[in-house]
Amino acid sequence: MNDMSWGTLADDKAARLDEAARNGLGKIVAADQAETLLVSVLRPNDRICIEGNNQKHADFISEVLSDVDPEVIHDLHVVQSNLALPQHLDLFEHGVAKRLDFCYAGPQGIRMAQLIEDGVIEIGAIHTYLELYARYFVDLTPRVSVVAVEAADREGNLYTGPNTEDTPPIVEATAFKSGIVIAQANRIVDRVPRVDVPADWTDFVVEAPRPHYIEPIFTRDPAAITEIQILMAMMVIRGIYEPYGIQRLNHGIGFGTAAIELILPTYARDLGLLGKICNYMSVNPCPTLIPALESGFITSIHSAGSELGMEDYVAARSDVFFCGPDGSLRSNRAFCQLAGHFSDLFIGSTLQIDTAGNSSTATSDRITGFGGAPNFGCDSRARRHASDPFLQAAREETGQESPQRGRKLVVQLVETFREGGQPVFTERLDAWDIQKRFGMDLPPIMIHGDDVTHIVTEEGIANLLLCRGPDEREQAIRAVAGYTEVGRRRDPKRVADLRRRGAVRYPSDIGIDTRLASRSLLAARSVRDLVRWSGGLYDPPARFRNW
Amino acid sequence: MTTLLEFEFDNVKRGNTRRAAQIVGVVGSGQLEVLIEPAELDGKCEIVVETSAQGFDEIWRSVLDDFAAQYPVADLRISINDGGATPAVVNLRLQQAIAEVLDV
Amino acid sequence: MSDVLPIPQESYLELSARQRIARICDKGTFTEICGPEARRKSPHLATFGMPSAFDDGLIVGEARLDGRNIMVAAQEGAFMGGAVGEVHGAKLTGLLLRAADRAPDAVVILADSGGVRLHEANAGLVAVGEIQRAIFTARDAGVPVIAVIGSANGCYGGMSIAARSCDWVVMSGEGRLSVSGPEVIESAQGAGEFDARDRALVWRTMGGRHRYLMGDADRLVADDPGAFRSEIVSLLGQSRAITLETLRARNTELKQRIDTFGAARDGTEIWQAMGHSDPWRLPELEPDPFQAAVDGKRRKRA
Repeated sequence: MNDMSWGTLADDKAARLDEAARNGLGKIVAADQAETLLVSVLRPNDRICIEGNNQKHADFISEVLSDVDPEVIHDLHVVQSNLALPQHLDLFEHGVAKRLDFCYAGPQGIRMAQLIEDGVIEIGAIHTYLELYARYFVDLTPRVSVVAVEAADREGNLYTGPNTEDTPPIVEATAFKSGIVIAQANRIVDRVPRVDVPADWTDFVVEAPRPHYIEPIFTRDPAAITEIQILMAMMVIRGIYEPYGIQRLNHGIGFGTAAIELILPTYARDLGLLGKICNYMSVNPCPTLIPALESGFITSIHSAGSELGMEDYVAARSDVFFCGPDGSLRSNRAFCQLAGHFSDLFIGSTLQIDTAGNSSTATSDRITGFGGAPNFGCDSRARRHASDPFLQAAREETGQESPQRGRKLVVQLVETFREGGQPVFTERLDAWDIQKRFGMDLPPIMIHGDDVTHIVTEEGIANLLLCRGPDEREQAIRAVAGYTEVGRRRDPKRVADLRRRGAVRYPSDIGIDTRLASRSLLAARSVRDLVRWSGGLYDPPARFRNW
Repeated sequence: MTTLLEFEFDNVKRGNTRRAAQIVGVVGSGQLEVLIEPAELDGKCEIVVETSAQGFDEIWRSVLDDFAAQYPVADLRISINDGGATPAVVNLRLQQAIAEVLDV
Repeated sequence: MSDVLPIPQESYLELSARQRIARICDKGTFTEICGPEARRKSPHLATFGMPSAFDDGLIVGEARLDGRNIMVAAQEGAFMGGAVGEVHGAKLTGLLLRAADRAPDAVVILADSGGVRLHEANAGLVAVGEIQRAIFTARDAGVPVIAVIGSANGCYGGMSIAARSCDWVVMSGEGRLSVSGPEVIESAQGAGEFDARDRALVWRTMGGRHRYLMGDADRLVADDPGAFRSEIVSLLGQSRAITLETLRARNTELKQRIDTFGAARDGTEIWQAMGHSDPWRLPELEPDPFQAAVDGKRRKRA
């Protein structure tokens, strides 16, 4: 073995850097030299990450790359969490990239499905966030990574801004396996406000001609919250948060969870729950959290990313949010997903649930992936520390006073019908058809039925922990499925028995008068109300204003 | 065209609706209005639904069956204009409407 | 952590048309004319497979306000965006003509409308013309007509013309008043001219604060039914003359306005020209500090 070289990756990197130098490129690269840079340091079949997140996207480099000659650069293998912008898919259509491992395609879901079907994109796998980050350190390490940052200095020290998001694992995996790290920076400065990535991990900085794209995807306008969502929020607080004493949790980003956040200062406070629930959260700085935070509910929040307009508010609440010495938010999706994975409760929504409790947002014409829900929304088999809800859930599930292991609460919050009369409950998920159509090894299930503990609808709460066997689970799910076909096929006798045992609870069983579910319970009914709660610190994007 | 659905329920309780006609809700997207009027219907309760959503007859029947079972009131005409409301919204408005004419 | 939680009070914007009438008028005094049980529905909508409403989205009737007789009309914005159809328009016209006949202390129009209901085409257009004529008939009979705008749809198209034909316009900052809506301007002139998704821009050019600064709105109130009620009460029985002289003065004023501000591309440019040194701050101000800031630095109707 002595003849064998053990530094081929480093040698290869050196050769690529040499080529860039020969082409006249230094550490700081002008925007019009970006294509030269990419052609210098990329090789066909390279594994590449062009940072795409929920919020920020390395959109400029993505655009430049999709325009390079596919004779020169082709068959790239893209490994990145988010492909939400059209530019990300152009790479494949233009023949520059071929294979893809990703987590989430959001608005590109329909085009993604088409490109897969046409054989333009070869899918490795649709991952959850944590498993993709993990595989950066196993067998999907990027050869070249492009990250999006707010600012860089001339040495190459990088400041990500409050949307740090995926940058740390991408850079760590690439830089320490002799890969090439390129930063797309909004601006070059003399001194960055804080160093999120040190200069010696960075190979090139491209000064982008315009700031990277940021999407305010976590802003929910309270004006759009319905009475039914408020009713369900009351049920969650009364039927789950209060009896289990939920202190450490993760909220999804829909209007249902926004409704919960907005009735904490009113409904939950009147129930005497201040200080007893919702103390520690793994969640982005959603504007609808402001009233709960201001009224003393929330002690600490760790975020996967930031949210447009929340920068000054977050910086002024550094007791609650994780902020750098410069004062601004430091987010980190990997750590936030990890934190949420080990919390006591996840609550989120979905588009379909079957009679086994499996849920999916995949519908037949689109492939979107699942974002953060799967890592948050599963029971951790590796958890060893106890808490009251963790123990109580296990007691309910096992019927034993001292169970051997605990149980995380995973709650699905859905209305029985979506807008337009589409039933959420179904005997069979579309996921099975998608698996067949696209030849997938596994069906695209977001949260597996055996991880789900509660399903909350406007009809009631199914507590699956108290169900013994698949038949009972099925009846409990049918019991809260309302007037959907799944619901109308319930067995009233068995449902009555489940209700007697608390495995099914209707609003009246937990002391809720459905007629009291009114928008007057919302601590903020408009974006302007949120600004008032924030003392003027929240600066909402123009699209959310009515002033 | 919109769809017109008519339902009739034979009920037992009589003479407990003494108030004038009441209207609850607004016809909007995913919303409905419920007009509830005392009427001489020989002990029956009549419900008429005009809806823009097609193919939900069976669900309307189930929702209204449950409502009539919960509130067995006689001599009542309930007229609904529907903009594609979900059963949850229908139930909520019916409950609010019946509370206006009964004292429940 | 705040000592007193800023839980919002009732919002005028959020109320339905029926709730608005109930909050504005003296309790229990409203008598509806052509109520829902009369079932005067649109004869056109079912043809398009669209649901109709028993009151066709307009509630009209008589009531007392602060003990005085008024007539009141309220558009329901959740139904067809408050758009004016044949029946809807005929009810409003009828109410205004009845007012000319019976001389109440005011007709109060709680507007919430995107304009003419396109599905009813000419019938809707004719209805708007009839409403405007009926407003002048009522005013000519000495009945003050008050337009109230603080709703989610604002007051657009034909209804904006009707509103500006009234004696008084009362608005909240959340209200909007303009002939063409943002999307219409964008699709006619391009997003470079007007970006309809930039809602802050929409409010800086059509919103209540801008309309008050320009003198298109006579009163600016908070988004609070009680505040609307007080301002309406203060205007009861107060007619404004409508003569050739007032029309000429108004035309001169409008011409001046075009000459002075015609090149401006944003409300802020106009406000700056009016002497507001920090125009970007104005939209952020709550109603009271806003009034204080603009006092003496706004135009008034001739």
